[in-house]
Amino acid sequence: MATAVPGLGSLGRQAVERRPAAPPLVWVPALLVAGAALLPIAYLIVRAAGADEGIWLLLLSPRTFRLFINTVLLGAAVAATAILIAVPAAWLTVRTDLPGASAWRVLTVMPLVVPSYVGAFVLITVLGPTGILQAALERLWGVTRLLDIYGFFGAWFTLSLFTYPYVLLSVRAGLRGIDPAIEEASRALGQSGWTTFRRVTLPLLRPSIGAGALLVLLYVFSDFGAVSMMQFDSFTTAIYLQYQASFNRSYAAALSLVLVALTVLVVVLEGRQSRVRYHRIGSATARLPRRVHLGQWTRPALLFLAAIATVGVVMPVGVVTYWLVVGLRHGDSILVSLRPAINSITASVLSALLTVAAAMPVAVLSVRFRGRLSTAITRVSYAGYALPGIVVALSLVFFAARYVVPLYQTLALLVFGYMILFLPQALGPLRSALLQVSPAQEESARTLGRTAREVALTITVPLARSGVVAGAALVFLTTMKELPATLLLSPIGFDTLATRVWSAATEGFFSRAAVPALLLLLASSLSVGLLLSQERNRWRDE
Amino acid sequence: MSDAIRIRRLAKTYGGLLVLGGFDLTVRRGEILVLLGPSGCGKTTVLRLIAGLEVPDAGTIEVDGQAVSGPGVMVPPERRRVGMVFQEYALFPHLTVAQNIAYGLTRGTEDPSRVTELLEVVGLRGLEDRMAYELSGGQQQRVALARAMAREPLVVLLDEPFSNLDADLRQQLREEMREILQRTHTTAVFVTHDQEEALQIGDQVAVLNRGSVEQIGTPEEIYQQPRTRFIATFLGRADFLSATVTRDGLLTEIGRIAQRVPLAEGTAVDVLVRADDVALASGDGGTVISRLFKGMQNVYRVKLRSGRVVQSLQDHTVRYAIGSSVRVIVDPGHPLVCFPNGEAILAEMVPDPEPAR
Repeated sequence: MATAVPGLGSLGRQAVERRPAAPPLVWVPALLVAGAALLPIAYLIVRAAGADEGIWLLLLSPRTFRLFINTVLLGAAVAATAILIAVPAAWLTVRTDLPGASAWRVLTVMPLVVPSYVGAFVLITVLGPTGILQAALERLWGVTRLLDIYGFFGAWFTLSLFTYPYVLLSVRAGLRGIDPAIEEASRALGQSGWTTFRRVTLPLLRPSIGAGALLVLLYVFSDFGAVSMMQFDSFTTAIYLQYQASFNRSYAAALSLVLVALTVLVVVLEGRQSRVRYHRIGSATARLPRRVHLGQWTRPALLFLAAIATVGVVMPVGVVTYWLVVGLRHGDSILVSLRPAINSITASVLSALLTVAAAMPVAVLSVRFRGRLSTAITRVSYAGYALPGIVVALSLVFFAARYVVPLYQTLALLVFGYMILFLPQALGPLRSALLQVSPAQEESARTLGRTAREVALTITVPLARSGVVAGAALVFLTTMKELPATLLLSPIGFDTLATRVWSAATEGFFSRAAVPALLLLLASSLSVGLLLSQERNRWRDE
Repeated sequence: MSDAIRIRRLAKTYGGLLVLGGFDLTVRRGEILVLLGPSGCGKTTVLRLIAGLEVPDAGTIEVDGQAVSGPGVMVPPERRRVGMVFQEYALFPHLTVAQNIAYGLTRGTEDPSRVTELLEVVGLRGLEDRMAYELSGGQQQRVALARAMAREPLVVLLDEPFSNLDADLRQQLREEMREILQRTHTTAVFVTHDQEEALQIGDQVAVLNRGSVEQIGTPEEIYQQPRTRFIATFLGRADFLSATVTRDGLLTEIGRIAQRVPLAEGTAVDVLVRADDVALASGDGGTVISRLFKGMQNVYRVKLRSGRVVQSLQDHTVRYAIGSSVRVIVDPGHPLVCFPNGEAILAEMVPDPEPAR
């Protein structure tokens, strides 16, 4: 064209991003926090590297190989089972005319409330030798032996039952994200309902199933409570054993590193997986999908869901209550649990305060001052997500025993360990709260005649407060439930609710575990409720 | 009386990239000045510099005769008496409508009748106690304006305030906001990339390109006498005809246009013709290639023998079949703008005082 117009080239130019530099008041503390988050893994590497050559022989021994196979097999079996339970449960409660669907939607998530070691305690007292089931069967038919639930079977059963909700939640979100028009198009193209599910719905759900399954894997690889109580030989139990017997600490460090490699792999896979999304094509407003009529399948569907709910919700609550009553009848005092309860609350309050304080500079840096340093610090601060509690605890024990002896076996070290583990939990709500305060709101307050300090006090703080509170509450409740780090790092004689349940159950004093377990179930339901409401908020924001 | 805003030789770079350079601008009291330009041309940066949210690399800004940015001077935003309406409104979500508006008023002495008065001005009486998120987009926009005006600022800055609204509402709010600003004699600087909006709302329009003002003038001047091809094209669809300057007019492939240009005879120029300058009649010279029905009017695209395409605005009752032959007549009723061929950007044009025809 002869009339080419100069100057139009600038039309396509992107607006320039304004990027201020972070003040030292923000990046120095953030850097310290990142350093702390990196400490456990760094020290383990130093420790393993400094060990003599015998460590490599041990690391390549058949024993290590068996641990690896055991752990991976358990993870795979649990993940597969979780998918088999979660996909039908999600579909039934979201896409069908199931009676009482909304109640089932809540009930099927509830097993998430049960910490793995409480779940293991419940299953052992019901299904174990001389358990409740065996006693009942003996009275009826004289059965004196049941299937052995210890070992792989018990660990698999417990973990599947109490982790499948991770897959369920993810699949539900996935089902809601599918444009019903896609499935309708398949029906219109002559495919049956079942074929449509198999050829359209299921493939579309694959990213959601994958993301949920990876969360389950991460849980299983890091779990200590269930596997130790079920006496299953996995990485976490082996590390604990090495630590307790203290014959080869370098070997414990090396095992920890292998386990961390495994969990990091899962986290990397999960990060990649959650980027896979089947984008909606076209911009037509999605309608609610038509609910599938179950008809004669209503009864089997209800049976399936009732079975899950019975074993996953009713049984744990019932069994714990049962042991409470038994204990009370035998003259146990509820007050015995007072000391551990106070300890738990003390440790959890300190953990919440320290973790939120540590997360604050990192959150501000990552939200307000994007850049290479900021990204690196934020990434590192999420390390706790991939680090099993037992690994962090072990590393800190070694580190303190060698370099800072006065800290060894103190409450301070325990709380520091919690901070590393739960930093990601505080960062989530803090960052999303800060993201909601737009810089334009602060600038607008400045143009309205307020100084920078006044703006921080009247705008930024009130708007970010909800995130601080949510983060602190989440860390508090998660700390209450934490087991392995608490076992290793607690000062001598410092019993918490979690360690009390674990020791009472492993030593067979079931009734003594009842009150702490009940309190933990309560704390746990609060934290799951909080987590779910956060999730809902996130959906609403999008 | 001093001007409301005087900006001299202002410069700003971000990460080595020059966003503004040698930027001059004067805004008179009580006037609505529109900064118009493509995205990335630096217009939002100008607003942020005036508000004191950015520090300039060089140059001075005076508000109401007082230097607020310049060598050794940087008045913080809260002491500039400059109100700003942000693109995304930036209402405070934890405050009610009334609290949002009262936020900038001096504490302790705030006058509740001032809030009521402002709500009256923007037509939102009765919504005092609503939270910001309970309002519709248009209502939020009006609260943002009332909040910016609460402290009786010397100038109100508006950064693409309508870009998040749908077309109907945008039109209505444009009229409303212009009316409010005029009624309250508020000086305003309004940023937009929408040429239609700029022409409707501005007393003065400054067209920005690559970090400086390319032309400033009334909307009519900018539209009818663009100084550069960039401006001609940016303000609505422009067609160009090749012409040769003769003693009694411009010679083009569709005939002679009776307008004199003070250029040497024989100079080759491009003549800017817009759809409303082009008439059609029966005859030949052009072929109708498409029709765009716009309700009250039709816009025809006509291909000339040379292959050039011009557009013609016709009443909706006038129909030409696609493919039919037409005669193209340029009959503007106002002086046309010419660009001498080969000149890349700037060409000066002195219009014929009384166009023939």
